[in-house]
Amino acid sequence: MRHLLSIGDLDRDDIERICARAEQFSEVSDREIKKVPALRGRTVLNLFYEASTRTRSSFELAAKRLSADVVNFAASGSSVEKGESLKDTVLTLAAHSPDAIVVRTPHAGSAALIAGWTTAAIVNAGDGKREHPTQALLDVFTLRQKLGALDGRSVWIVGDVAHSRVARSNILAFRAMGAHVTVCGPPTLIPRGIEAMGCDVRYDLDDLREADVVYALRMQRERMDQHLVPSLREYAARYQINGRRLGPRQVLMHPGPVNRGVELSGEVVDSPQAVITAQVKAGVVVRMAVLYELLSGTRAVEPAPLEPQLA
Amino acid sequence: MRPHRATSRPGAPPGGARSALVHAAPPPATLLIRRAHVLDPRTGLDGPADVLVRRGLVAQIGAPGAVEAGDGAEVVEGKGRHLLPAFVDPHVHLRTPGQEHKEDLETGTRAAAAGGYCAVLAMPNTAPVVDSAPVLGALLDAAAREARVPVGFLPAITVGQRGVELTEMAELRDAGAAGFTDDGLPVVSAGVLRRALRYQRLCGGVLALHEEDPSLSGDGVMHEGALSARLGVAGIPSVSESTMIARDCALAGYEEARIHLQHLSARESVEAVAAAKAHGVQVTCEATPHHLTLTDEAVASLDTRLKMNPPLRAESDRRALIEGLRDGTIDAIATDHAPHARDEKEVAFEQAPMGTTGLETAFAALYTELVVPGVLPLGLIVEKLSAGAQPFALPVPRIVTGEPANLTLVDLDARWTVGEHGYESRSDNCAFAGRRLRGRVLLTVAAGAIAYRERSFAVSAA
Repeated sequence: MRHLLSIGDLDRDDIERICARAEQFSEVSDREIKKVPALRGRTVLNLFYEASTRTRSSFELAAKRLSADVVNFAASGSSVEKGESLKDTVLTLAAHSPDAIVVRTPHAGSAALIAGWTTAAIVNAGDGKREHPTQALLDVFTLRQKLGALDGRSVWIVGDVAHSRVARSNILAFRAMGAHVTVCGPPTLIPRGIEAMGCDVRYDLDDLREADVVYALRMQRERMDQHLVPSLREYAARYQINGRRLGPRQVLMHPGPVNRGVELSGEVVDSPQAVITAQVKAGVVVRMAVLYELLSGTRAVEPAPLEPQLA
Repeated sequence: MRPHRATSRPGAPPGGARSALVHAAPPPATLLIRRAHVLDPRTGLDGPADVLVRRGLVAQIGAPGAVEAGDGAEVVEGKGRHLLPAFVDPHVHLRTPGQEHKEDLETGTRAAAAGGYCAVLAMPNTAPVVDSAPVLGALLDAAAREARVPVGFLPAITVGQRGVELTEMAELRDAGAAGFTDDGLPVVSAGVLRRALRYQRLCGGVLALHEEDPSLSGDGVMHEGALSARLGVAGIPSVSESTMIARDCALAGYEEARIHLQHLSARESVEAVAAAKAHGVQVTCEATPHHLTLTDEAVASLDTRLKMNPPLRAESDRRALIEGLRDGTIDAIATDHAPHARDEKEVAFEQAPMGTTGLETAFAALYTELVVPGVLPLGLIVEKLSAGAQPFALPVPRIVTGEPANLTLVDLDARWTVGEHGYESRSDNCAFAGRRLRGRVLLTVAAGAIAYRERSFAVSAA
């Protein structure tokens, strides 16, 4: 695997291998010294064109636990604000020879574009509304921990599917793992043609009981400004996952950050069905596995020590 | 709905108006093209012949090997090649004034000549917009110095293409406007368009319309369908185009005005035009080589060269466009040649400007994708490649003794990779880049003068 740009580039074996590796790294995360030397001397560059504390720090932590050096490059306060193009920014950063660039941009296909401009391995940490592959991998990992194999399981992805890169990567990942995926949300937030990805489409939660897993998406307030739904009140009335709608044996997931009282009621966020913090925890080990997958073995050059090492 | 009866009909431009087409006329050619397969669907020519051009006019058409070149004539060996009436493109962007880093009158018309074109019409969405007689006059003056092939201009329908006030259309016609368009943008207000259609009774000139309802296309960047859903980018639905076409055909019918619809992309649009024509509306329309040969599947890579407006649509839409060409619903092929600088296109798909170049690949793309597989006959493609002249009352190129020579010599067997030798255009944002095509333009004679010779051909012909 040279880059991680899309879940569509992975098959079931790839996903299982990454999950198995993440499992091994889980053990590291539970140690007192949470660090292995696997990527010592490697440089991981976080290039984020969108505000993101969670994903960026999760990648940072993952790289550091593998002993890689990490540089964070946020688009605000940098040359980007002076009008530098994506290409020139990438060429400039690539001159520092990073081994991997973790990139998030507000535009579909940017990660693939960047992959053409540098020899570094590219990890797509979200390209517009298109994909967020490490989120899907950590979600699969979390679910396998909770449920075992996903074959034949029913996953409902509920909410603003149109604007969700998480939804797209997860449809691909859950299907690759043998699950049956249903997307559900207001018709104005379900893109025409989404069923071609191999999922069912529903516009109400009447059959939510059939789901083994309920995956709620974040409902962004800016959708209100675009008048894509009449009101948050009506959205919550129809699509909020609450104690009345969530069954005791269903697993509840959410990519965070949660809007309590909108897509999820407070009670279900705090319920035992929710695995939202497990997802966050899985994020680090899965990203360790991804970085390891991309960087171990390739150009494994141990630099000659500059100073004689102390015996 | 019965059309309202009018006492007068849209007429020709007022007498004394400046000619719509100008170029830097090179010396007229005198040459004999010998033994080429001459194909002119309008005159019925379809076989080997000698064609003698003397001082820019077609002087003689005779049996192969029978025509004498005479003094001072260059002899071009055409055996194994096809001689066609040159093409006319009613829809190109020459980016002048103001965006000469993308294209200018010289590079754009050089690209036209290299594509086999003997005349092109340039769109007004420049900086400034071509919306006044002084700007148009300056362009025509510049074209008289710089253009390799005759070029005409379509000034804007509304001031600044803002869709509010009409331009001084009558004065623009007198100054040489070949017609009017707000291309790049639709005339959103039905009321404004209706006024322009009524005003046509005074000034003449067809209104060329870019059909799109912005409330439906929104911030869309590609065809709305399974692929846009999968890629997570906003789609432009087919009905964004077809509903505006239906509206504008109704308005044109009501006002008994003439409209020309630009770059049809959707099946529903072809159906709307067919219905309007059946009701007697004076409407003509065009389709582009890229919409006739590519679909949104090609956009899966998010290659920005494949981003244009209207977008590449589904296979069923492409099929409908082909049927429209075949049954006459679609009158002409136009390239919508839309050059953009490399750095403008080297960005994420959603940020890239819309448009592909097309002049240099039109014939080869259509020949390779439609004629070679037997989808459409060569004669039909050749006819449609110059039929764009008619709606704008421009002379239609014909291979007839006594008429100005507008000829294109092509090698149908030549295979080439798009972009391998660069482009005559200043920009390289070509949707067909990297594709292996058949059919190469070797020589173009425009308005009686040699406008282009393919490099290798120039050597062999010497």
